[in-house]
Amino acid sequence: MKGGCPLQALASGQSFLSQKGENKLNFRPDIIAEYMPFFLQGTLLTLGLSLAGILIGLILGLLIGLGKMSTNKLVKLPFVWYVNFFRGTPLLVQILLIHFGLVPLFMSPSNPIVSAIIALSLNASAYIAEIFRAGIQSIDKGQMEAARSLGMSHVQAMKLVILPQAVKRMIPPLGNEFIVLLKDSSLAAIIAAPELMYWGRAAQGEYIRVWEPYITVAIIYLILTLSLTYLMNYIERRMNTQ
Amino acid sequence: MISTKNLKKSFGDNEVLKDISLDVKPQEVVVVIGPSGSGKSTFIRCLNLLESVTGGHVYVTGKDLTDKKTNINDIRKDVGMVFQHFNLFPHKTILDNVTLAPVHVKGMKRAEAEEKALALLKKVGLADKAKAYPDSLSGGQKQRVAIARALAMEPKVMLFDEPTSALDPEMVGEVLEVMKQLAKDGMTMIVVTHEMGFAREVGDRVIFMDNGYIVEENEPVELFSNPQHERTKAFLSKVL
Repeated sequence: MKGGCPLQALASGQSFLSQKGENKLNFRPDIIAEYMPFFLQGTLLTLGLSLAGILIGLILGLLIGLGKMSTNKLVKLPFVWYVNFFRGTPLLVQILLIHFGLVPLFMSPSNPIVSAIIALSLNASAYIAEIFRAGIQSIDKGQMEAARSLGMSHVQAMKLVILPQAVKRMIPPLGNEFIVLLKDSSLAAIIAAPELMYWGRAAQGEYIRVWEPYITVAIIYLILTLSLTYLMNYIERRMNTQ
Repeated sequence: MISTKNLKKSFGDNEVLKDISLDVKPQEVVVVIGPSGSGKSTFIRCLNLLESVTGGHVYVTGKDLTDKKTNINDIRKDVGMVFQHFNLFPHKTILDNVTLAPVHVKGMKRAEAEEKALALLKKVGLADKAKAYPDSLSGGQKQRVAIARALAMEPKVMLFDEPTSALDPEMVGEVLEVMKQLAKDGMTMIVVTHEMGFAREVGDRVIFMDNGYIVEENEPVELFSNPQHERTKAFLSKVL
C-alpha cells in the first residue's frame, strides 16, 4: 500500500492533496478501477431499489392519498397516522426497524434487499400520498361541480376531469420525490444491501481511503439523479404541449 | 317540472334558506333576483343537489331528490347547469368539452356526439372554435360554450347561476342573446341574475329573495313597476 501506514494516513486527515508521496497528488485510480465492476453492480441494485420503491410507492401513495381525503374521520385517521409516522421518523430508523424487527417475522434470515424495498416503498408512499392529495385538491372545485352537474359519477369525474389536470401538477413534486428516493436508497448500505453506497464503504474499508471510493460513488449518484432530472423535465414538457 | 317544498339549507349554524316553496312549470322562465347573501345561488344549487339539502323537498320531473333511493346522477342528466365562472374543462378542446358527458354518461357514439356538439356550437356561434382550448376564448365565448355543453345532455330544465356576473360588460349581451333564444325555443329555465333588463324581457316570473325567504314574486312588469314589499322596493330602487 502506497502512502505509508493506513492508520497514520487516517490520523493525518487522509487527504491525497496534502500527502507528498511518489506521485504528487497521490490519487489512486487503481482502487476505482478495481472496484468498478462492483460499483456498476451496485448501481444496478440502486436503480432496482429505487424503481421498486417508486412503483410500489406510487400505488400505495395513491391509495393512502385517497384514504386521507375521505370525509369519514374514522376512515381517514389510520392514513393520517401512516403519513405522520413515515414522514416524521428518520428513514434510517425505519430501515433498521423493518430489517431487524418486521421482516424477520416473515423470513429468516431477513434479506436486506427485501427489507430495503419495503422500507423505501413505505417511506416514499407517505410523501407520494401527500403529493397526490395536494394535486387533486389544487384543482378548482368548480371542475368537480361542472362534471357532476352533467350527470357524471364521482369516479367518472375524477377519472375524466380531475385526475388528468392534477397529474400535470403532480409531475414536478413527484420528480423531486424520485430523486430523493434514489439518494435515500444509499441508506440501505447500513443493512448490507449490496447497492452502490455499500460498495463505496467496502472499498473505503479495504484501503482506508476516502476520496477515491466516495468521489466515484458521488459522481455515479450525480449521473443518476441528473438523468432523472432530464427525464422528468422531458415528461413535464411533453405534458404541457399536449 | 321542478319544484321545492319548504326547502331549508344551513351551513353549520348559518341558515341560508329558511323556507322556500316554488313550483316551476314546463317552458317557464323564472328569474331569481335579490341582494347578495340572500341565498339565491345556494337555492339554485340545491335544485340539482350540488348543495345537500337540510330540510324540505326538491322535486324534478316528479322525483324527490331528497329521497335516498333517487339516483342523483340520473336526475342531473335532465338538469343542465351554467356557472358564474364557466368551469369549462381546460385540458379538453371546446368540442371535447361538449361531447364528454354525452359520450361517457349517455354512452352516445363519438361521431354522433360530435355531430350534435357541432350543431350546438353553431347555435351559440362558436363552430369555428371547436378545435380550440378554453384558454384561448374570451369570457363571453367560454360562457356560450358552457351553455352548449349543458345543452348537449338534452336537459329538460336549465339552471343559470349568475351567468353574466363574471363577464366584461361588452360580453354580457352575447350570452344573454343565447339565453333569450333558448327561452324562445321553449326551454324551462331558472336564472339567478342581476340583469334586470333580461328579467323584464325574457322572464315569465320574477322572484325576489332576501334573507333566505322568497319575499315577493310576480310577473316582471308588475314586480318592477309596482313592488308590494318594502324590501323589494328598497332593492329595486338601488339596481334599476
